[in-house]
Amino acid sequence: MADLPRPAHMDDPVRDAAFKVELVALIPQLRAFARSLTGDATAADDLAQDSMVKAWDARASFQMGTNMKAWTFMILRNQFYSEKRRSWRQTQLDQQASENTLVAIDDPMAPMALDELRLALATLPAEQREALILVGASGCAYEEAAAICGCAVGTVKSRVSRARRALQGILDRGDYVRDGRAAGEAMGSILADAELLSGAA
Amino acid sequence: MDIAWRQGGVIEDMAIKPRPDRRQALDETRLRQQVLGEKLRQMFNEVASEPVPDAFLEILRRAEPRGTGDE
Repeated sequence: MADLPRPAHMDDPVRDAAFKVELVALIPQLRAFARSLTGDATAADDLAQDSMVKAWDARASFQMGTNMKAWTFMILRNQFYSEKRRSWRQTQLDQQASENTLVAIDDPMAPMALDELRLALATLPAEQREALILVGASGCAYEEAAAICGCAVGTVKSRVSRARRALQGILDRGDYVRDGRAAGEAMGSILADAELLSGAA
Repeated sequence: MDIAWRQGGVIEDMAIKPRPDRRQALDETRLRQQVLGEKLRQMFNEVASEPVPDAFLEILRRAEPRGTGDE
């Protein structure tokens, strides 16, 4: 784990303290976002810690009072794709193989810790997955998600919509692999939940 | 009766309204999406509600300028 740099010209104890309070409050969400991108708890915490270091290092460029969640999520996302690109260069894996490695869905041990939804999410294209996680899970507004992903709001809306439809289709068909077998039972459990919800309504 | 008269004499064909089975399918789709949304939030919140490992706070503790730490 790297020590954080502390350039003398940046020392502003009051501002640093305020920055730190906000950053600490965001750690749980950074960890959750990292977990959704990597699909692996250890890799996610490494990613979140690296991103926190980068955020701290770049704190002078952050304007207090603006949206630190979007800012730190953007740093984490950039870090994730930067590492992913580096990994591709090192191992020369093709895109599909890399996606599979990233979420470890072909690892006989790893899937035991992942639920059907997580496995199904892993089969989505990366840009759809992150859009759905940001908007559908982390509570980001479309505008925040667009700023984090560096694209237009309409693009995020389109990605979220396509991701929702695709996810439902994947779960319907059981189009993902669990322990080397097709997992067709997922939508059954989703529907059972839907029936419970319907009965409660 | 298959048709109904609206004010102004416009004919509305009852057959173009969503049929009960189509409406049911739409309701089911909405319900599924609602459940998926709940599960997505649950998946995210489960991680977000875990205790933060000490390593995260240790990074920030080491970064604090001398004399301004919490301890």
